[in-house]
Amino acid sequence: MLFFSFFKTLVDHEVTIELKNDLCITGTLKSVDQFLNIKLDEIRVKDEQKYPHLAAVSNVFIRGSVVRYVHLPANAVDTALLEDATRREAANAAGVKAR
Amino acid sequence: MDATDPPTLPPQMFTTSAQLLDLTDKKLMVALRDGRKLIGVLRAWDQRIYTDEMYADVPRGVFIVRGENVLLLGEIDLDKEDDVPLPQGTFNEAFTHQKREATETKRRERVQRRKLRALGFEDEGEVLH
Repeated sequence: MLFFSFFKTLVDHEVTIELKNDLCITGTLKSVDQFLNIKLDEIRVKDEQKYPHLAAVSNVFIRGSVVRYVHLPANAVDTALLEDATRREAANAAGVKAR
Repeated sequence: MDATDPPTLPPQMFTTSAQLLDLTDKKLMVALRDGRKLIGVLRAWDQRIYTDEMYADVPRGVFIVRGENVLLLGEIDLDKEDDVPLPQGTFNEAFTHQKREATETKRRERVQRRKLRALGFEDEGEVLH
């Protein structure tokens, strides 16, 4: 659930989603769910003329399983906080296993 | 948790259906894993074929799409939908173009995969379009 929470902190920031088919979509992150499905508003497509089916599309819902990368705005990411959360999650998981 | 508490689902269990709910009755473009682009109002679909040079619409009636086959859903801006940056062709023309493109894409992907494998990269498994 860590990355779900993490992406929720990025809502309303501009991100670029790179799909496994090399399609790159930039837009404002509107929502994310537990499968890391992503909704983007006011989208721009890299190499637009290659993807005419997106010419008239202004907001998209992207299935989480087809995402390769999410390019993040560096200034919106608190790396220290993310590291802490990762350790806490790892510690929790270890605790559950030990029980 | 108290044993008498009624079982509850975490609230995020419902976020996905909520996100799709506000796309209902909207005109959408659905990109599928096999490269098909379905265009229509959610629950009543038409298929549109795109190639590099033209497009053609193929009336398809109703489609029920299993989620795993979906790449993305795009809401169509009704003000922009008639500005397709391509000429419309007949189904046969577009289909022939599309087939030729698909063959070329497949060939390119084969070469690319072979080169990546030689460099020690794993296949990503599924080919998406």
